[in-house]
Amino acid sequence: MIFILLPFVEMFYASLRPLDHLFRSPYQFYSDDLSFWAYREMWNTVPMLPRYIFNSFFLASCVAILTLVFVIPAAYSYARFKFPFKNSSLYILLAINMFSGAVLLIPLYKVLRTFGLLNTYQAMIVPGVAFLIPTAIWLLKSYFEKIPIDLEEAAFVDGASRLQILRHIIAPLSTPGLVVVGIYAFIGSYAQQFLFAITFNQKKEYMPIPSGLYEFIGYTTVKWNEMMAASLVGIAPVLIIFLFLQKYIVAGLTSGAVKN
Amino acid sequence: MNQKLKSYTAQTYIAYALIAPAALYIILIVAWPLLETIRLSFTNSSLAGEDYVGLENYQKMFSSKKFNGIVTRTFVWMFFSVSLKLIIGLIGAVLLNANLKGRSIFRVLVMPPWVVPIAIGMLGWLWLYNGYFGIIAGVGMRTGILDGPFGFLAYKQSAFISTIIADVWVGTPMVTVFFLAAMQGVPRDLYEAAYCDGASRWDRFFKITLPQITPVIITMSLLSAIWTFNSFEIIWILTEGGPRGSTTTLIIDTYKQALGNYKFGRGAARAVVVMILLMLFAGFYLALLARINKKISHE
Repeated sequence: MIFILLPFVEMFYASLRPLDHLFRSPYQFYSDDLSFWAYREMWNTVPMLPRYIFNSFFLASCVAILTLVFVIPAAYSYARFKFPFKNSSLYILLAINMFSGAVLLIPLYKVLRTFGLLNTYQAMIVPGVAFLIPTAIWLLKSYFEKIPIDLEEAAFVDGASRLQILRHIIAPLSTPGLVVVGIYAFIGSYAQQFLFAITFNQKKEYMPIPSGLYEFIGYTTVKWNEMMAASLVGIAPVLIIFLFLQKYIVAGLTSGAVKN
Repeated sequence: MNQKLKSYTAQTYIAYALIAPAALYIILIVAWPLLETIRLSFTNSSLAGEDYVGLENYQKMFSSKKFNGIVTRTFVWMFFSVSLKLIIGLIGAVLLNANLKGRSIFRVLVMPPWVVPIAIGMLGWLWLYNGYFGIIAGVGMRTGILDGPFGFLAYKQSAFISTIIADVWVGTPMVTVFFLAAMQGVPRDLYEAAYCDGASRWDRFFKITLPQITPVIITMSLLSAIWTFNSFEIIWILTEGGPRGSTTTLIIDTYKQALGNYKFGRGAARAVVVMILLMLFAGFYLALLARINKKISHE
């Protein structure tokens, strides 16, 4: 417990202390003038910070929406139809989860370079989606399976088309599931931004928070209190979303991966 | 019969049509790059262009002592990291499953390292590991364990251990949560029966809980081995594989060759090794999962 929380506590504590208190050796446990000064000052030290925050949110939202667009029909199909290779393709999806993006970076980098897409938002969005699709399909499939099939059959008898059923019956009933999967994709892409960002993007104006702050560390003296303050600001949104929805997300993920 | 068959094939078409966009996307972004990586590994591709060089990349790679060192290091790093995650995760899950006050709060509090972007968490660890002003060096100096400032990431062995600890910090919460979910699934009456027979706490743990959750433990060891093997950001931010290569794992080496030096061919050869190892892991995992599912459906 201490092991897990200490880093956060120390990050927060460091962010409240004045810089000259931090730069004392050996470590001082006590500072008498704690303040939120660093939270104000960081905007000056890292002038691009608002842009980084915007980028992080923008990238994660795009990835989440795109993921949903691809995943909804696929998950519906897995939940409702029987077809050849259904199970084996589901297992292949699980296997994709095991490849890290790092292995595929070389060809992706070359392709993005030839099409002149390096240093753009697209370069960071497109690969991100691919790695979220598998788990998202598994998650959403289990939500769709919970919707009683009788409802659909009734509509089908009444002459509704598959698309109409999807729109008027499935979509409203599965809204909670869609929200959870969307949030999963958002948090997931928020977390995986770093690798694609440092590889495919060198432009400051497109950097998400993690790579923006990482670059900031390269400078000669790191103002650690502001650094920690900025990090916490970067962490806060996902943490808040997660705390509110942790029950659903954890239940969904554990049932998907262990399946018993 | 004919009618039925017709509707069956029609259904199959619809099913495939609905899956097609997602499938195409994955083929384009995952499957094609995999094949292309294999092709590139037989070339000397770089920013300048490429020529077919046959097995040269592989020959060079396998005959280099450095590379063999990297493979060994990767497995040692993985072994310690995964074992620690499993042990701490198991203990954590037992504690969280016990009837303690405030356990529901603790159950939520174990999760942050899992959710928070790894890269940002590592910025925090960079500060903790700071040799002059960080809290770990500080406590060490105050208690006299260290006799002066100590840069944890600046020396070979301490950097190796420090990156493992940070990796365990990131990976343990998920293991804990899965173990906890498995423990909650153990039927209550088993414990009640054991209690009536006068079994001790230890007996109940070793004779009921542990055997019951063994499938989950095995799955989680494999999964966390795979994720640990893939771990990139932690080492990259803390040490970039240094000092003097002491924390360079296969993934880091692949990345450095390919996108640090832009030797795509050499990088691709390393990526192929990574792929083959991952496929072995994945094969084990899927075979296991299929067996577990079969068992469940038999019961």
